[in-house]
Amino acid sequence: MRSNLYVLGFMSSVTIILGILLSLAATSLKEKQDLNIQLDIKKNILRSLGIPKDRSQKLSPDEVHTLFDEKIKTIRINEQGEEDPQGKLTVYVKMENGKPDGYAIPVSGKGLWSTIYGYLAIEPDGETVKGITFYKHGETPGLGGEIEKDWFTSNFVGKQIVDKNGKTVGIHIVKGKVNPNDKDAAHKVDGISGATMTGKGVTRFLEKDILMYAPFFQRIRAGVN
Amino acid sequence: MGFLSKKSQQVLTDPLISNNPIAIQILGICSALAVTVKMDTAVVMTLAVMFVLSLSNTVIAAIRKLIPNRVRIIVQLTIIASLVIIADQLLRAYMYDISKQLSVFVGLIITNCIVMGRAEAFAMQNPPGKAFLDGLGNAMGYGLILITVSFFREVFGSGSVFGFQVIPQAWYNAGYSNAGLFVLSPGAFIILGLFIWAQRSLTKFEEA
Repeated sequence: MRSNLYVLGFMSSVTIILGILLSLAATSLKEKQDLNIQLDIKKNILRSLGIPKDRSQKLSPDEVHTLFDEKIKTIRINEQGEEDPQGKLTVYVKMENGKPDGYAIPVSGKGLWSTIYGYLAIEPDGETVKGITFYKHGETPGLGGEIEKDWFTSNFVGKQIVDKNGKTVGIHIVKGKVNPNDKDAAHKVDGISGATMTGKGVTRFLEKDILMYAPFFQRIRAGVN
Repeated sequence: MGFLSKKSQQVLTDPLISNNPIAIQILGICSALAVTVKMDTAVVMTLAVMFVLSLSNTVIAAIRKLIPNRVRIIVQLTIIASLVIIADQLLRAYMYDISKQLSVFVGLIITNCIVMGRAEAFAMQNPPGKAFLDGLGNAMGYGLILITVSFFREVFGSGSVFGFQVIPQAWYNAGYSNAGLFVLSPGAFIILGLFIWAQRSLTKFEEA
């Protein structure tokens, strides 16, 4: 039996050595990881805006950077929805032949276990969903984690963020399937079974973020911007 | 493999078939179900486990005489956890897409029973060289099952191998469709079960 002092000393040295190793690994790889994260964000902005058209096609890192520089204009807007370099909100505008062909806004908020990050893209009409992507989350794989899968995100395409009276309502994830006869079916998407809480969280933060950008989309619908 | 003695060869190759950690010892099932939907994730997971298991075995064997018996499990876990974090960081830096698909399962190598099991059962009693081979052999045995299961799951579930379509479009036009069951966990259970059955009747293994 070894003395308590030996055990203490041994554990301290193991911890210190491994600690140093881990911090070395973390700091030396950080730069490379950050580049990957930047690339992933660009890829997701593009995807939400429907680039590439074929969802299964994979873009190389170079293609992502070129396409992003070519097609995406980043603008800042203020709370009144006006373009303003000092504004706090960011909009990624997809340009096609000099005309806007969709607006992507960052969305994020609490799911069940984690904060979910994604991009929601709206058509140039300012009310129809063009696409949505979720790129960072810590939800359970196979349940809440399914939010990042195409079968789920493709349900958002074509949904409306405003109702007939022009009121911004957001997009609601329901439990189970959407009833097609529901008069609000245009604002609802199918839920994921086993992930009701994740769906509730997504519904909540989509509504919050869409409302934040509502003045901007209102101006677009009115044809001001 | 002329450069290895007969005994060392056995340490390396036994866990592949006759003492496979998944099929015989039924360890590491959780991740075997989770990462075998596609072959590329299965291969990367195998590489990560090879890295962690062979190094953890070597390090633990090298300091086995210094480790105080009372705290040995904690020491093993600290070493395993550090190696897993390094593997995870490397994946994030160099294989970002795959590391995103593997999500929590790389981190969960820490709790993979195979890794702790080999540390406790082999590395604590053997010299580092042999422990390295044992770790490598067990990781390869684990990987063998993972890759085979993922092959069947990807072919039947998605009609592809490593992401390349292998089932011709003509079949789909003729009414063939992918079996969605194989993409889900029950599909992995069924294949794994068949695999264990086939393997046990071949090696005449019987549970004591």
